[in-house]
Amino acid sequence: MAGMGQSHHKKMVMESRLAIVAQVQNAVGEALAECGHDDDACFGVRLALDEALANAIYHGNGGDPAKHVTVVYQITPEKVELTICDEGRGFQPSRVPDPTLPQNLRKPNGRGIMLMKAYMSSVQYNDDGNCVTLVMGPDRLVAGESL
Amino acid sequence: MATQESRIKVSHEGDLICVQFLDRNILDESSIQQIGDEIGQLIDEATNPKLLISFEQVEHLSSAALGTLITINNKSKQKGGQLRLTLIDPQIHEVFVITKLDQLFQIYKTAEEAIASFT
Repeated sequence: MAGMGQSHHKKMVMESRLAIVAQVQNAVGEALAECGHDDDACFGVRLALDEALANAIYHGNGGDPAKHVTVVYQITPEKVELTICDEGRGFQPSRVPDPTLPQNLRKPNGRGIMLMKAYMSSVQYNDDGNCVTLVMGPDRLVAGESL
Repeated sequence: MATQESRIKVSHEGDLICVQFLDRNILDESSIQQIGDEIGQLIDEATNPKLLISFEQVEHLSSAALGTLITINNKSKQKGGQLRLTLIDPQIHEVFVITKLDQLFQIYKTAEEAIASFT
């Protein structure tokens, strides 16, 4: 069956520019398709990855193209794991306000982490807060099941 | 100076300003900024803007796009205007629900329902 036994593992180190988003999304998207992940899983991974990359480029690296973003992904039919790192000082995710509170609903920013957590099985930051690991596990994946 | 290609399609139905996104993926910051500027200009040019935004072509959007929609909503309200969203794909609608922005925006399944809701 297509997708069974497939495994994709890649490390990408790129200049911190907007153009890298499409490059990373294309590579991850191909890997997801070859592993047989369904449309819902692909949608969630794409959204979470986009948020993580935007945070790395604009917040972590301050929009400085002289800095780098590192993406490592491991994708199998059973699990999707993505680690996105920037070269910034990091931050404390626990200090990001809840954007769903009434007093924050009309604010234009601050929803990226929340969306990552909504679509992935886990979202973990390193101690410095400049690397995030996104995992989508069996609780959200149906790849590999017989059609 | 070369002008940027528009990222939206604009039409009018009576006094309604109907906007449709041309991009299927509203993810990158520069596109989102341009969309915000274009719709912002439409609001500036109207007295009491009645704005209908269709998501018919949209397959993906980011939190930055949501932020721009909030800014557009705020700007419209400041001018005494009205904003409706319509034809949102179920996966995209789920993003609005998760962020509770379905409570901020008036969202309708069909354009007809959205048009009928304007006062």
